[in-house]
Amino acid sequence: MRDVAVIGVGLTKFGELWDKSFRHLITEAGSKAIFDSGIGGLEIDAMYVGSMSSGRFIGQEHIGALVADASGFSHLNIPSTRVEGACASGGLAVREGYLSIASGLNDIVVVGGIEKMNDVGGNAATETLATALDQEWEAFFGATLSGVYAMIANRHMYEYGTTRENLAQVAIKNHANGALNPFAQYQREIKMEHVLNAATVAYPLGLFDCSPVTDGAAALVLCSLEKAKKFTEKPVKIIASGQASDSLALHERRDICTLDSTVIAAKKAYKQANITHKDIDLAEVHDCFTIAEICAIEDLGFVKKGEGGKAVEENITTLNGSLPVNTSGGLKSKGHPVGATGVAQIVEIVKQLRGEADKRQVKDAEIGLAHNVGGSGATCIVHILEAI
Amino acid sequence: MGCGGVARFWREIPQRYNLIGNICGSCNKTFFPPKEACPYCRRKSMGKMQDIKFSGKGEIITYTIIHSASENFQKQVPYIMAIIKLNEGPKITAQIVDCDIENIKIGMKVDSTFRKIQEDGYTGAIYYGYKFRPCNVLVTNNEKEKCETK
Repeated sequence: MRDVAVIGVGLTKFGELWDKSFRHLITEAGSKAIFDSGIGGLEIDAMYVGSMSSGRFIGQEHIGALVADASGFSHLNIPSTRVEGACASGGLAVREGYLSIASGLNDIVVVGGIEKMNDVGGNAATETLATALDQEWEAFFGATLSGVYAMIANRHMYEYGTTRENLAQVAIKNHANGALNPFAQYQREIKMEHVLNAATVAYPLGLFDCSPVTDGAAALVLCSLEKAKKFTEKPVKIIASGQASDSLALHERRDICTLDSTVIAAKKAYKQANITHKDIDLAEVHDCFTIAEICAIEDLGFVKKGEGGKAVEENITTLNGSLPVNTSGGLKSKGHPVGATGVAQIVEIVKQLRGEADKRQVKDAEIGLAHNVGGSGATCIVHILEAI
Repeated sequence: MGCGGVARFWREIPQRYNLIGNICGSCNKTFFPPKEACPYCRRKSMGKMQDIKFSGKGEIITYTIIHSASENFQKQVPYIMAIIKLNEGPKITAQIVDCDIENIKIGMKVDSTFRKIQEDGYTGAIYYGYKFRPCNVLVTNNEKEKCETK
């Protein structure tokens, strides 16, 4: 396997972008990444794009080719492939790009992630997100994605004494980080009372426990490490890519409060990178709901099972804590355009490792982890990156 | 349901109306919905998977109260969804009915009941299936006893 580096990153503003189309967003993110990388464009061997549900959100499939076309590469006939794994589509696209270079097949690959979610109404978005669940045995009976995470939260509170306030603290922290991120959907801080007084979405989760419906795109340029130095002074090496699956339905899992897919993907990634969780300086984790961040820091091994709520309470995961989590604002505050999320997480890690994260900069950050989940944990992908 | 039409529902009727799952003849593990093969015994289970009808009795291991629902469930909010561990082993996601929102709790003993689940628009098919209700709302003592004994 060859070493692979990220040599360019690009991000659109995340939010309700009524004036921007799917094509516009992915082209903007892709061009930014290409300009950032220093490549011309003609060197691109392949493209991968993560999108969860363009078919339901904008009525368009076949977006591998569409993205190449919209980016002005159709006449170059560059192979372009869409990758789908629900909310983990972006992370999976990064892995496919990574594997294609590591294998020796490609030298330079552009990876994009996108979702244009606001062209449908709120109910349709809820219904589309529920397609990440088991349609026949969960959604058919009335379960929603927020409802399934709410059931994880309720059981976590029952088994480990995690409090409603612990959940709220995740949202407060992530909004505080998002307030420092000019690309975030919500750039304002919130208080405990806002979270606790918000309308209930699925008990015990309220509106401020849920990531929003977001339009946005993100892109990376990946390159074999040996060639990376030709283009950039600051390549960031992908030192591990771990992926795992689990049952589609939450009720079939070994333990309701543990995402075994995260546990296994993280184990594989730590092994490949030859490090432990103690070597991680910062992490972007999949906080689609506040409870998801609590489970993530437990399942990634940062704290013991059941102690995630306490860790948040003790400010371990804040920007100045011993392990900053979701410095970008996370899915909660930065926004969650589902297919873009896994790619955008890597964008944040790369900016941090290059020392370009401005007010959000974690001091002396050398190794960062990105954790992207599909559905309620049926798919998980963990990437670890290192500044070189 | 959105897509798939009536056939997609019709072929699941044994499971949704009568809680038919299956059991591995090799290791005796039970499954709902039925599996083509036992994931633990794999090829040893081929040809040995037997249908069984579950009792419908079980215990709530977690729940939520849904306020923001998909289109077809808008009229039902707020409603309770739960994961129930059936006495025979498998876990199942379903609505809890005949129970006030204030009274729902983890550990509650429940029994399955046959209800309308959703309808495919104003003129489309009506889909039925299982929901669960607390044992203590059952009418006769006989029913209660049956529900509470494992």
